[in-house]
Amino acid sequence: MSESLLALYVFVLACFIGYYVIWGVTPSLHTPLVALTNAISGIVVVGALLVAGFEQAGTGAKALGFIAVLLASINVFGGFLVTHRMLSMFKKKPR
Amino acid sequence: MELSVNTQAVAYLVSAILFIFALKGLTHPASARLGNFYGIAGMVIAVAATLFGHEVQAYGIIIAGVAVGAVIGIILAMRIQMTAMPQLVAALHSFVGMAAVLVAIGTFMITAHPSAVMMGELSAGVIIGAITCTGSVIAFGKLQGLLSGAPVKFTGQHHLNAALGIATVALGIYFAMTGSVWALAVMTLLAFVIGVTLIIPIGGADMPVVISMLNSYSGWAAAATGFTLHNNLLIIVGALVGFSGAILSYIMCKAMNRSIINVVFGGFGSGDETGDPNAGAQAASRGVKSSSVEDAVYWMEDANKVIIIPGYGMAVAQAQHSCKELMELLEARGVEVKFAIHPVAGRMPGHMNVLLAEADIPYDRVLEMDEINPEFPGCDVALVVGANDVVNPAAKEDKTSPIYGMPILEAGKARQVFFLKRSMRPGYSGVDNLLFYKENTSLVFGDAKDTIEGMANALKGLAH
Repeated sequence: MSESLLALYVFVLACFIGYYVIWGVTPSLHTPLVALTNAISGIVVVGALLVAGFEQAGTGAKALGFIAVLLASINVFGGFLVTHRMLSMFKKKPR
Repeated sequence: MELSVNTQAVAYLVSAILFIFALKGLTHPASARLGNFYGIAGMVIAVAATLFGHEVQAYGIIIAGVAVGAVIGIILAMRIQMTAMPQLVAALHSFVGMAAVLVAIGTFMITAHPSAVMMGELSAGVIIGAITCTGSVIAFGKLQGLLSGAPVKFTGQHHLNAALGIATVALGIYFAMTGSVWALAVMTLLAFVIGVTLIIPIGGADMPVVISMLNSYSGWAAAATGFTLHNNLLIIVGALVGFSGAILSYIMCKAMNRSIINVVFGGFGSGDETGDPNAGAQAASRGVKSSSVEDAVYWMEDANKVIIIPGYGMAVAQAQHSCKELMELLEARGVEVKFAIHPVAGRMPGHMNVLLAEADIPYDRVLEMDEINPEFPGCDVALVVGANDVVNPAAKEDKTSPIYGMPILEAGKARQVFFLKRSMRPGYSGVDNLLFYKENTSLVFGDAKDTIEGMANALKGLAH
């Protein structure tokens, strides 16, 4: 099986997982869901690391890599932290 | 220490599993915080596996980028007010979009002999990433009030968008076949433009759908990056995030009874409401009853149940804390208090829930539309705080109304309805609210926060 086809397998199966897991999220947590998925989408940092960490990269690529790492890092750190802040607010009345 | 390719792949798999558990955690508030920690763990493993892999050899730039990014991200997250959450999310989406574009272009620059398939995948990443980026910037502008909330429309707009879309895709295909740098550059530019032209015609209060949509796009951008880099983790995460946004968009559209096409291309809505000193007089001339704070309190003080319906107006007035105080005072008098949330209230899915949670209102008092609607007929008082279209019976009764068919909160079935509004101006949809004219409805004019604080004070002053 070619690499692209394997990637397609992964993608399709991941889509199904995504569909079923997300439908289970309770509506009151939809805003934290958006915040959390945003933080997780910071996974592009992996791509940015691959570009910025490439030793033979030219200055242009290094510059792009730097900015990409920076932006993705804001997403990761900011995203998880703000999600944590929000989720800490959801509590039941102490009985 | 350098990880072998297989070890790295296993680490990525663990990471993906943790992300799935993270999302699963959000099925209930009790497990949600743990879910977030799973997500953090997943991210840490993914980053570590990448840093210790054989592809990454130069660390200087990375350390600098992460350090600056971390500082900015942490400061933003610590200082942001919950009412500005939609704006923050929009801003963060734009960063992810831009990062995806830069990664795609950067990958092209460092790859010696890119294949046509890879360049095609790369193009997809650039296009989706660019649209996500500028689209989110526009959304941010509208939410922050930097841009008008009214939809910007001009003739030939849809044709322009279609033309841009076709040109962009064509350039992408050309680039994939030839590797032409100018094609890449022009395609990138056009994609950025599409992001603007796509979002600019959408009105401010349709932002819940827009944010969900852009959330979805950011996921697909990540997935496209994953295809380009042959990184399965990016593909998996991209699909999870992409579907999350897509499902939320679908839920929002169902809740408004408008199709996604209508929202994205329909240019619905007029803009935002403002205060009006002559509100009372205007109201009287149109046959609408207005009440004072004392009148409303008279009805609420011995009610069996009060259902509070928050809307965007509550967010704008920052009245959620006053609502908490009101709730406590009423509960001390034996009045049952609940909050009713319509799916599209606010500017983001679940926006009202977060604001009420911030005000320390226990989540078991906050009910979704389908749960709370049966309780309105048995309820003495419905208090509408800054919401409008979500309680408008025109959605059920008036076939010509633009909001016809949208499921609403049945506030009109309560014994008495009090609307807190700044003026007689119609809400976002520009549609007159039929509920104003019903026998059992009365409007209380003024800023929501001031009005509710007035109610709280009046309650405090009462003998038991």
